[in-house]
Amino acid sequence: MSEPLLSLKNISKEFYGNRVLEDVSFTINKGEIIGLVGENGAGKTTLMRILFGMPVIAETGGFGGTIELEGTPVVFTSPFDALDAGIGMVHQEFSLIPGFTATENITLNRESLKRNFMCDIFGERMSILDRAAMHNRAQAAIERLGVKIDPETLVSEMPVGHKQFTEIAREIDRKQVKLLVLDEPTAVLTESEAEILLASIRNLAAQGISVIFISHRLAEVTSVADKIVVLRDGKVVKETPAKNVTIRDVAGWMVGRDVKIESHERTPVENRVYLSVQNLWVDMPGETVRSVSFDVNKGEIFGIGGLTGQGKLGIPNGIMGLFPAGGKVLLDDKELPLNNARAVLEAGLAFVSEDRRGVGLLLDESLDWNIAFTAMQIKNQFLTSILNLFSLRDAKGMTKLAQEYIQALEIRCTGVKQKAKELSGGNQQKVCLAKAFALEPKLLFVSEPTRGIDVGAKTIVLDTLRRYNKEYGMTIVMVSSELEELRAICHRIAIVDEGRIAGILPYSAAIEEFGYLMSGSAKEGGAA
Amino acid sequence: MKSKEMTGKKIINFLSDNIVTIVFLVIAIIAIPFSKLSAQYIITNLVDRFARSAFLVFALILPILAGMGINFAMVLGATAGQIGLIFAIDHRIMGIQGLIYAALIGIPIAILLGWFSGLVLNKARGREMVTGFILGYFMDGIYQFFGLYLMGWIIPLSTAAVRQVRGYGVRNTLGLEPVRGALDKLINIPIKIGTFSLNLPLGTFIVITLLGLFVVWFRKTKLGQDMRAVGQDQVVANAAGINVDRTRILAIIISTILACLGQIIFLQNMGNMFTYTSQRQAGFFAAAAILVGGASVTHAKIINVIVGVILVHLLYITMPLAGKEIFASAMIGQYMSDFINYGIISLSLVLYAWRNRRNAELARASLRGAPEGGK
Repeated sequence: MSEPLLSLKNISKEFYGNRVLEDVSFTINKGEIIGLVGENGAGKTTLMRILFGMPVIAETGGFGGTIELEGTPVVFTSPFDALDAGIGMVHQEFSLIPGFTATENITLNRESLKRNFMCDIFGERMSILDRAAMHNRAQAAIERLGVKIDPETLVSEMPVGHKQFTEIAREIDRKQVKLLVLDEPTAVLTESEAEILLASIRNLAAQGISVIFISHRLAEVTSVADKIVVLRDGKVVKETPAKNVTIRDVAGWMVGRDVKIESHERTPVENRVYLSVQNLWVDMPGETVRSVSFDVNKGEIFGIGGLTGQGKLGIPNGIMGLFPAGGKVLLDDKELPLNNARAVLEAGLAFVSEDRRGVGLLLDESLDWNIAFTAMQIKNQFLTSILNLFSLRDAKGMTKLAQEYIQALEIRCTGVKQKAKELSGGNQQKVCLAKAFALEPKLLFVSEPTRGIDVGAKTIVLDTLRRYNKEYGMTIVMVSSELEELRAICHRIAIVDEGRIAGILPYSAAIEEFGYLMSGSAKEGGAA
Repeated sequence: MKSKEMTGKKIINFLSDNIVTIVFLVIAIIAIPFSKLSAQYIITNLVDRFARSAFLVFALILPILAGMGINFAMVLGATAGQIGLIFAIDHRIMGIQGLIYAALIGIPIAILLGWFSGLVLNKARGREMVTGFILGYFMDGIYQFFGLYLMGWIIPLSTAAVRQVRGYGVRNTLGLEPVRGALDKLINIPIKIGTFSLNLPLGTFIVITLLGLFVVWFRKTKLGQDMRAVGQDQVVANAAGINVDRTRILAIIISTILACLGQIIFLQNMGNMFTYTSQRQAGFFAAAAILVGGASVTHAKIINVIVGVILVHLLYITMPLAGKEIFASAMIGQYMSDFINYGIISLSLVLYAWRNRRNAELARASLRGAPEGGK
């Protein structure tokens, strides 16, 4: 083989002392398809940002190592440099202009132009668009993909699959394109659309364009890629030809850490369905839930895991009435009203949101206010009634409550009157928990409880959840991106993939099994 | 069955998209017989008024195209036009030359003011309309200081009829006799069919047609295409390498220049100028007209300008007399037309917000509900 098209050599990157990429090296040959896989936070995004010279990389101190394009080292200072060098990227979200036709989008800001006399006075932007030439270019780019789309269709009227093709066509309309990076290109496609897309990717590779294919659907990666590169915790843990590699192998490399599960004993669970979710759908932007069904037993800690964007966050947010939802949710055999935040709280559910600073806290208010607030609103507690006419806040009661929780959860603060925004992330999270506990909920939803807090606080938060489960028999549904912490405290763990439950496993199941469920390969798995 | 439903839906969509225009049309149709005005009177007046104000309304098209909503900051351009006219009158330049002189003074000022308001509006993304509105008032203050104190004191005023009696400052009302109708009567074709007679201000109509052709041509240019792209999605346009800020500023500058020229045309038709208030009315009128014509905050076409100007003026002509006939008071009619005009601006804005939300929900409809074959 001659010189590789692109080689990454010893790429490393730190964000504020946090090492996210370490010594990453691999090469891409002309016309080769690389499957790049890894969990959230494995470093895929950062690596691509470095490749494209995103300003955020330079702003945070640059990176180590070198990138060589066709043998010469390159330094891109902006994505436009990368584009000029022949590297194109198709993002997960569509970056198309909906009111424009496919042609207009494909040639966006690279339109074919006809000069006229006004250009001499006012510059090139006075040129007239050459619509016929633009149409031909769009047609040619679409044909190279091997699909059929009318270039004059408005993007807003296209099915999602065609949008994705339009986007790729835009990248290959550049004459000098050598390498395409496709970030989860099949995420929004149906299976048959994805098939066609994979075929066109092979088609492009056959024409000599190299492709970096990023996907969590391992079946697609193993079928389309020539070589698979697995990232884990910022390192390349495996670089292998895709031949004879099974999905389970890749899933194992992706998640496999040599961490032993802390075998805390789990509290016994009543054999009685307490929360039953049936065919739930939730329209939460970026976390859409398509159809989810599961049962949670009384006294259980039920974990929900999965990759970002697959819909795991949509489940609690939908049930709690924060986003439009439908389906059926039963608590203790009574149906819960959906799309009504107050009614759900009144029915005895509580929610610790992943959006701590937005939904979780009244940042400018004191701790006692924060902790008592929902209880006051929902249960009319901490109010003293005057002649049954109006009620006043019961400041003493609130203070007492706050003090109890500050002690019980070891919240580090100067006192009940400190403002919530002055606390550290970990302590803010404890305040959120206290606020939920103050409702004395029948069932508690906790969403990403340890996100963005330090290790010590993490342990306390998890221990607290475990203790409330043990001492008060509280049923908890915990949503988290961190498989390890789910396995540390949950009884059973459901993995959400593409808005559906890919499978439910006991905490003691092998980690490869969880990885396999996340890989988009077990869509028909259903409830285990 | 299905096609029937489809046509039903289409009709409802058409009605809801054009509700403002339809309401206006209905009111005008009701008002015409009550006003007891002759067709001759209405048509002559309409032609005259159309020539007067159509140019001004054109100024709003480009900022809408660029996604900046109704450019209330066009008042700045109108101000520039008025400054030009003040100098033309003061320097006693008559006729069409006076108008050209006013334009030559006004345009550089308009470019400067347009650039300034473009910069400000770029800092106020998403709130362009209200910011432009306040910019208009802000400019009022500067303009008054300039007109009432600096003119005739630091900047010499040579004509007594322009000066305030106290010796400095521009009069509150300025007669524009030297340039009155200079463009309208440049090529004037009297039309007479039987008892029907009409003076067609051909000069003005030619200028308006040229402007219309300019807009059509402009939409086909690279800059026009960039404006459309920026108007629909700034993030995508920026990622494609279009200089979003600069494109938006250009849209506002062109709009401001057109407003400057439009105000000069408007005032030469009127024949006198309320030095310190005329520009403000220009903004309101243009906004009402383009919205009545069926434009929205995001979509505007030339046809919207034409329909809007005709409908609003039809109301202005007939309402006072209809009011007199119905309520025995012309004042009430006058009130009504003002009330309807402002009401229509509010209605369009509310409808726009409502429609936006409806469309956003429609766009997400496929993500809701259990998908077929779902478990």
